[in-house]
Amino acid sequence: MTLIATQALTKTYGGRVTALADLTVSVEPGIVGLVGANGAGKSTLIKILLGLLAPTSGSVRVLDLDPTTDAAAVRARVGYMPEHDSLSPDLSAAEFVTHLGRMSGLPRTAARERASEALRHVGLYEERYRQIGGYSTGMKQRVKLAQALVHDPDLLLLDEPTNGLDPAGRDAMLALIQRIGTEFGISVVVCSHLLGEVERICDSLIAIDAGRLLRSDNISAMTTVTDVLAVEVSEGLDELAARLDMLGLTARRDGRLLLVPLEDDETYDRILTAVAELDLPLHRLDQRRHRVAELFATREVTHV
Amino acid sequence: MSELSGVIHDIGYQRYAGPRLGRRYVFGSLYTHGLRTAFGLGRSAKAKIFPWFVLGVVAITGLILAAVRAQLGEVVVTYNAFPDTMSWLVIFFVAVVAPELVSRDLRSGVLPLYFSRPLPRGDYVYAKFAALATAVWILLGGPQLLMFLVAAFSADNLSAVWTEVGDLVPGLIYALLWAGVFAGIGLLVASLTGKRAFAAGGIVAVFLMTTPIVGVFAVLPSKALNELALLFSPSSLVFGVGIWLFGSPDGNDDIGPFGPLYAAVAVGLVAGCVALLLARYRKVASS
Repeated sequence: MTLIATQALTKTYGGRVTALADLTVSVEPGIVGLVGANGAGKSTLIKILLGLLAPTSGSVRVLDLDPTTDAAAVRARVGYMPEHDSLSPDLSAAEFVTHLGRMSGLPRTAARERASEALRHVGLYEERYRQIGGYSTGMKQRVKLAQALVHDPDLLLLDEPTNGLDPAGRDAMLALIQRIGTEFGISVVVCSHLLGEVERICDSLIAIDAGRLLRSDNISAMTTVTDVLAVEVSEGLDELAARLDMLGLTARRDGRLLLVPLEDDETYDRILTAVAELDLPLHRLDQRRHRVAELFATREVTHV
Repeated sequence: MSELSGVIHDIGYQRYAGPRLGRRYVFGSLYTHGLRTAFGLGRSAKAKIFPWFVLGVVAITGLILAAVRAQLGEVVVTYNAFPDTMSWLVIFFVAVVAPELVSRDLRSGVLPLYFSRPLPRGDYVYAKFAALATAVWILLGGPQLLMFLVAAFSADNLSAVWTEVGDLVPGLIYALLWAGVFAGIGLLVASLTGKRAFAAGGIVAVFLMTTPIVGVFAVLPSKALNELALLFSPSSLVFGVGIWLFGSPDGNDDIGPFGPLYAAVAVGLVAGCVALLLARYRKVASS
């Protein structure tokens, strides 16, 4: 089954502003990252997927349904977490999520039970009877996620779920999304302007820029090029590069770093041996996170 | 077995296979939620103060009127006249409750959560309108019912009770008209701003500012204009419909042959407010 399929999808506002231009993508179930700069058309795409906006031209299918004609059926099976603050501060999280569960058609008791469950899954079980107004930003984001989960959707649309969170909060939120996508068996579309964070958890990525598709592919297809290790030493960078070359590792200079292709676990040992033999002060040795970003970057350049 | 009871099982995520109820249930839930919100139920104690204060005042008024009637045997205020005497209280009630129902949702941004669910956009408006109209109707009709009960139990025979019913029912219908007009205008004004204080001020202003217009038209040297004067303010408009239906309570106000016009304008006003609300939320939902 195709999760989301668009065909030449175009949305213009008032005939002048183009939010989406000729977008054709096909996405399989799983965790999907939707990346693009602010204003690239991510939110417009989500609103079209929910049937809240009608496309100017082109066609769109979500879970094999057409949101332009069958919006209620699509919305019954989709959970949406908006980007902006969207909670009633004077209600408790339990009441709020229960109410929205009923708005999705859950009977009263089922709504209450599923609200408690959803809040437990996002880690707010203890605090669920406190008023939302007193919650931290991270807790509010979790309530927003819980209300999207309460009616057990087949697809979650998350608009910038890590907005306003500190690094620890970001990691926790991403881990939670990953769990939802893998353990819960719910497909997730994660919108973000930060490629680096979504690429960690996604099965596939859609990158859009100014309403146009940059690239849509599986993460595995994008990262078939082997990963890269970044080595940082405070001195003797050239010596180390020469030494690694002798050991059969082609190191590339990147500012004060050496980038070495990661072939297998032995690569770590060979680098450490080289550093130890030269007696250099090693500062850092870690895996680079920006493979996919580089792929997009080179692609953008070829476009221009 | 005691060592087993201490084990916590993480049952993991459970898919929901139970029923998903349709539009009527969702509408009913939103309506009930709105009605509870109007009286501060399920909310903080602070939110309860004002609605219950107003409810208390009208209930005590109704009780006193009923008691006076039972003691003195004369009708001080009829069922029909009761909403008219309470109109200022109702205006303040609507000014406080309408922003609670719609401005709060606008400000906190929960509307995208409603509109990303199967609920049709129009149903949100209808449910909120029905909730506020019901709340106002309870406010006006409740004391009427109280007055009826006192009168019915102190009636001498069954036919007197039936006479009371004949008086009560038009009174309740008249109260419904008050409720519709006040809820329509109140919600429309409140839906324009997310700031509750502004919305409340705006609602009171709509009712207050239009009263002088009525006064001006009432003293103009033209009989037809005098008779049309009550059209120009929402509360006097409803009052005018009351005059057409039940006659002028004190004989001072005259609407001439324009009774049907008053009724048509009142119905048109409610319909217009709802239509504008629907248009307003079509825009809100897609933005």
